[in-house]
Amino acid sequence: MAETARSLDGEVASGIAETGAEGRTRPRPGEWVVVGIALAYAILLLFAPLAALARGALSRGVRAFFDALSTPDALSAIKLTFLLALGATAINTVFGVAAAWLLVRDRRFPGRRFVNGMVDLPFAVSPVIAGFMLIVLFGRTGWLAPLARAAGVKVLFAFPGMLIATTFISLPFVIREIMPLLGEIGEEEENAAYTLGAGRWRAFWSVTLPGIRSGLEYGVLLTFARAVGEVGAVLVVSGSIVGLTETATLFIFRALDERNAVAGYAMAMLLALSSFVLLTAMEWIRRRARSR
Amino acid sequence: MSAARPRRAEPLRRPWGLWGLRGAVLTYLALMIAVPLLAVIERGFSAGLRAFWRELANPIAFDALKLTVAAAAITAAVNLVLGTLTAYVLARYRFPGRGVFDSLVDMPFAIPTLVTGVMLVVLYGPSGALGSWFHAKGISIIFARPGIVLALLFVTYPFVIRSVQPVLLEAERYEEEAAFTLGANRWTNFRRIVLPAILPAAGSGALLSFARALGEFGSIVVVAGNIPRRTLTSPVYVFGEVEAHNERGASAMSVVLLALSFGLLLLLDWRQRRRAEVLGG
Repeated sequence: MAETARSLDGEVASGIAETGAEGRTRPRPGEWVVVGIALAYAILLLFAPLAALARGALSRGVRAFFDALSTPDALSAIKLTFLLALGATAINTVFGVAAAWLLVRDRRFPGRRFVNGMVDLPFAVSPVIAGFMLIVLFGRTGWLAPLARAAGVKVLFAFPGMLIATTFISLPFVIREIMPLLGEIGEEEENAAYTLGAGRWRAFWSVTLPGIRSGLEYGVLLTFARAVGEVGAVLVVSGSIVGLTETATLFIFRALDERNAVAGYAMAMLLALSSFVLLTAMEWIRRRARSR
Repeated sequence: MSAARPRRAEPLRRPWGLWGLRGAVLTYLALMIAVPLLAVIERGFSAGLRAFWRELANPIAFDALKLTVAAAAITAAVNLVLGTLTAYVLARYRFPGRGVFDSLVDMPFAIPTLVTGVMLVVLYGPSGALGSWFHAKGISIIFARPGIVLALLFVTYPFVIRSVQPVLLEAERYEEEAAFTLGANRWTNFRRIVLPAILPAAGSGALLSFARALGEFGSIVVVAGNIPRRTLTSPVYVFGEVEAHNERGASAMSVVLLALSFGLLLLLDWRQRRRAEVLGG
């Protein structure tokens, strides 16, 4: 199932893989029709809506755009989104590297194939269901409710639940990005390091990690981008308490509900811009990896 | 010294370190993925099979499921045709802006789905630049079914393209060149040589976009209007049931959606395995 999920997030299929550029020809007059259809479809579906959003966000001027984003509610939503994305990315990076290493290197890892298939499931689960799972698990009669109560942690409608939900929906990215690279770089250099007396930790830091660096960076950015943009899962578990458990996406959700278009569009534009920054960084990593 | 080592370097001087790592990763994955999924499935069937079916036979739930599957199927079909076309154009033609276009294909994966919904409403909504034109002609896109398909097409845009593109780029070109030499025109060449080679990848991409479309929430909740029995999809239905504290209804629908997408994952896995075997043998 590894291949499946690698393309489920799509990015990866072309991610760090090599692509040849030879053999492209100029379209002949008749063939421009085909090129035109592809371009027109992309413009109508992707680019025109983006341009419309930019215009809508700036329709009351740049001043109103920044004012809408500097209200206390907006600022706390941005801060919460950033914290959640940072937390989910950190957790998924640490466990992702460990899981990928075991899945590729540890041939006696119990249930290896089963675990490998399970890692993909977060991509197949609707985000709403991801949030609902936590309601079932930590709700009044939930399996893990006694555990949370004993630990004195409020999970639902609070930060911990939102962090778990965000971590769940972005879980596979790091694992799926570095697994192929771990396979590619092979074990020879690692073994050489062991032979030279390096411990496992040392070999990992100075041999394995540099080898999987581009995939790791790419996976981290994908995780972060996915975490920033999550709405369904977080909407279900957070209770959307203004100024407390309201993320940037939930802020947009409420602004549209209250017909406060300027604030909604401004925050949407901010998220779109941040995803472009991440996309550019990802493209840069890809180019760098390809040129090596 | 190296000869004394086992062939597949056993880097473990302290095996408990490895067992600790295995235990940590297994516990993490079990707690994050397996336990929550089992909890939802258990909740769905907790009142018996009869109650499970009753929840799904509720007309609002049933219509939501029908709409979701139909919209996902239309999305997959459109992606199959236009995604293949776009991948071909990107892989085989040279035209101004090609590079930028190629890197922007992934944009739908980076943009939050809720933002996608907002963008579509701004442009295609009743008071939007294009939407008002359609509105004057009596066609509504947003807060209607076409809006659902539009949102799904946006969020699944890259799947078929990114499945087909590598196949086209890696394909041996001599068959195509031979066909040209033998006087085949571009269309014959595409139909007879290129299409059979990329069809499996295009099919996988379409299945992936179908699976992704089944679960989509963020963009649809904004564009669909969510009117029961008309524009309410299954994920939005689950959300509504959770908000209404009807956990049984939410779990029943969740179980169906989970079964559908797991089935699709298995199907894709099987296809890939079979193709690998065919190529290997």
